[in-house]
Amino acid sequence: MSFSLPAASSNAPEVDALLAALLLMSCAVLALVFGLMFFYVVRYRAGSRIDRGALAERTFRFEISWTAATLAIFFGLFLWGADLYVRLFEPPADALKVYVVGKQWMWKVEHPGGQREIDTLHVPADQPIELVMTSEDVIHDFSVPAFRLKRDVVPGRYETLWFRADRPGTYHLYCDQFCGTDHAHMVGEVVVLSGPDYRKWLSVTPGSETLAAQGQALFIHFGCSGCHGGNGAGSYGGPGGSPPGSTGQAPAPSYSTVRAPPLVGLYGSPVPLSDGSVVIADDRYIRDSILDPGAQIVASYQNVMPSFAGQISEEDLVKLIAYIKSLGAQRADAGQTGG
Amino acid sequence: MSHALDATAGEIEAATVRDNRDNYLTDEWTVWSWLATTDHKRIALLYFASITFFFFLGGAAAALMRFNLLTPTGAIVSPETYNRLFTLHGVVMVWFFLVPAVPVTIGNFVTPLMIGARDLAFPKVNLLSWYLFITGGAITLWALFMGGLDTGWTLYTPLSSAYAKGYVVPVAVGIFISGFSSIATGLNFIVTIHRLRAPGMTWYRMPVFLWSLYSTSVIYVLATPVLAMTLLLLAFETVFRVGVFDPALGGDPILFQHLFWFYSHPAVYIMILPGLGVVSEIIPVFARKRLFGYKFVVWCSVMIAVISFFVWGHHMFVAGTSIYSAIVFSLLSFMVAVPSAIKVFNWIGTLHKGFIHFDAPMIYALGFVGLFTMGGLTGLFLATLAADVPLHDTYFVVAHFHYIMVGGMVSAFFGGLHYWWPKITGRMYPEMWGRVAAAMIFFGFNLTFFPQFILGYLGMPRRYHSYPPEFQVLNVLSSAGSTILAVAYLMPLFYFAWSLLAGARAPANPWGATGLEWQTPSPPPVQNFTSTPVVTEDPYSYPSPEAIQMEQAETGEARPNG
Repeated sequence: MSFSLPAASSNAPEVDALLAALLLMSCAVLALVFGLMFFYVVRYRAGSRIDRGALAERTFRFEISWTAATLAIFFGLFLWGADLYVRLFEPPADALKVYVVGKQWMWKVEHPGGQREIDTLHVPADQPIELVMTSEDVIHDFSVPAFRLKRDVVPGRYETLWFRADRPGTYHLYCDQFCGTDHAHMVGEVVVLSGPDYRKWLSVTPGSETLAAQGQALFIHFGCSGCHGGNGAGSYGGPGGSPPGSTGQAPAPSYSTVRAPPLVGLYGSPVPLSDGSVVIADDRYIRDSILDPGAQIVASYQNVMPSFAGQISEEDLVKLIAYIKSLGAQRADAGQTGG
Repeated sequence: MSHALDATAGEIEAATVRDNRDNYLTDEWTVWSWLATTDHKRIALLYFASITFFFFLGGAAAALMRFNLLTPTGAIVSPETYNRLFTLHGVVMVWFFLVPAVPVTIGNFVTPLMIGARDLAFPKVNLLSWYLFITGGAITLWALFMGGLDTGWTLYTPLSSAYAKGYVVPVAVGIFISGFSSIATGLNFIVTIHRLRAPGMTWYRMPVFLWSLYSTSVIYVLATPVLAMTLLLLAFETVFRVGVFDPALGGDPILFQHLFWFYSHPAVYIMILPGLGVVSEIIPVFARKRLFGYKFVVWCSVMIAVISFFVWGHHMFVAGTSIYSAIVFSLLSFMVAVPSAIKVFNWIGTLHKGFIHFDAPMIYALGFVGLFTMGGLTGLFLATLAADVPLHDTYFVVAHFHYIMVGGMVSAFFGGLHYWWPKITGRMYPEMWGRVAAAMIFFGFNLTFFPQFILGYLGMPRRYHSYPPEFQVLNVLSSAGSTILAVAYLMPLFYFAWSLLAGARAPANPWGATGLEWQTPSPPPVQNFTSTPVVTEDPYSYPSPEAIQMEQAETGEARPNG
């Protein structure tokens, strides 16, 4: 039984400071309201013969001053909260990505190394972690009070949540969005491990293959390779064909009837679309492009890809994305070695 | 003490039958004369009976929930039953108690009396709205009891449209029908306040309660249709599998939340604005003083109603909406709190240099000011973006809105009920019991809900049938408080019943209040006033403190009799 909550992430003390400021302001206002109310009802009770004197005439001044004071305090709190919120939801680029799929009533976790967990999440301390989360059925909410964080997990889209845990330990994980009969049992724990412990955990936890390797098998299984090439290089050439991600530059003309954009190096790069806009190829974009290819067509390509909606499970989607991501990483690595 | 309308009051009293046996209650005795009445006073009583039933039904569900949460594993019911209980509690309390509560009962009774009219503008529409209300209520209750519903009152998709096992569509139909009751009531009040004011009753001479009711009515009329559309779309998706909200059918689940809160956030102000109005009536009467900053208070009601339409997004700060929309909605949510804060300061200003009496309505009103302030301040935690992230969907939110809805609104409702009870029934209630109940409600309420703020900070999610053992102490405290609260809420039922049979006869103006409703006998005659009153003064025109003190010095009497 304790009335305190561990602060186990880098942003927890910042959120606590904001909560403390709000609490302090609330106590001050409550002291003022209750204090004045108590003072007046005693001093000006009907039986009291105390001399009331004349009433204040220019009440307008009072109104203006307390309205202005309220506005000023509120605006300060608003700015503080908004600034911190923006930082809470902007993940750093070097974050380790872990995929979370919610379903009635469990949390399924897929680590990049292929380790899988249910209702438990192991993470290393002092390293930014980005959770990429989706749901197989209804809306859930991934909440870790010790990190002062939560985010709804919505079917049909990816939500992200990032944190840097800084205190090894085991912390509660709750589903905070009502999700049906066993909502209260959709709980688990987040285990924060120190660097060496985490590496040990990775090595002893059976992960069949890495997510990317599993994704490669699925890439062939679902026939993606038929158009995008056996290793995602596009349909007009093998590895080392037209360099992907060369923004705004039309690819070489294709001699194939089915022409598909190359996927090597796609992940994280800007993609020009047929409507003239440019999007960043993140998890969400890749997922949407698999399930609803017609929505965002890459410039100079035709809308020929069939939708895979309803055919690929959320967990398999995660693996496909991990594979496509690995193609990008290969190229980046190659670039680094080459340079 | 002198009255603003002494002459008029005297004439009316003289013209009315002396022993006051000829009033709206005794006019006719048949059951049909009640079920087919178009008298706003009788319809108000029909509503009183209906919402009292719904209040205690919703309260019983809450009591079972608190009982269940005595132990970490859930003491008495299964998860499925627990989910149905909190859904029933939410649906009944929101749509069949809080949304209608004050306007259809107190508002219905006193609005024509306050503006010097014989009835509302559309008496038959008023009766129709009651029938719509009980029809909707009956359908909803049938569905909740026969089929059950386990989605929570918020009916979030795709849980409600594709996964819930209960009677989603019948419940939606019930709420849909009762929504038309809200619209009819709102329209009636708007037209009445525009068209039926007595000669001399200018807008700025209207009691603040009527401004609140007017603001509430505007929200009724503008927001309720959005709820109706949302429920229709939900029913369409559930029955015909048309993809609107369910991503599996190509819909967007967040769209439902936008539409739902576009109604339900303004609905929060439907629930609290009339309470703010009631308290603004009670405090000047029992402080024997003009309301401080009348124009600020009335325009704050209007501002709250307007801004309430632009804050719905704060229910989705962690739902995955854009960061920029969250920033805008956070700022707007702070803005809606400004007029509420101004009201609190004005009530305290009213107490300053007053002659304060501690009758039961005043104790409820003072309790309201304290609890409403706490509810408002904790609302700021939730409007502050980064602070909302850990607190969202936890018991902190539950405690916050119960401070506004139960600590605030229900206290205001009880305060208003005690205040106008002599006018409505022609009897006085037992004052000592009234004060005891008011104090017990304040104490029981805080014991029930204050621990929930701490639970929320510690991370206990809402709508949990069971919880980690470290939360037990606070949950037991909360459940203990709820038993006190339950007893305190039951007490008025008994002493009001006693008052009807054996209470002292009420004079026309037992509190020495200004306001037209106190210038006609208690209970009022069928036609309210024998001749249309003429208004010549501002509201709350109590004499200056100097004048009261001079009178006190002459008579040696601290308390003026009305």
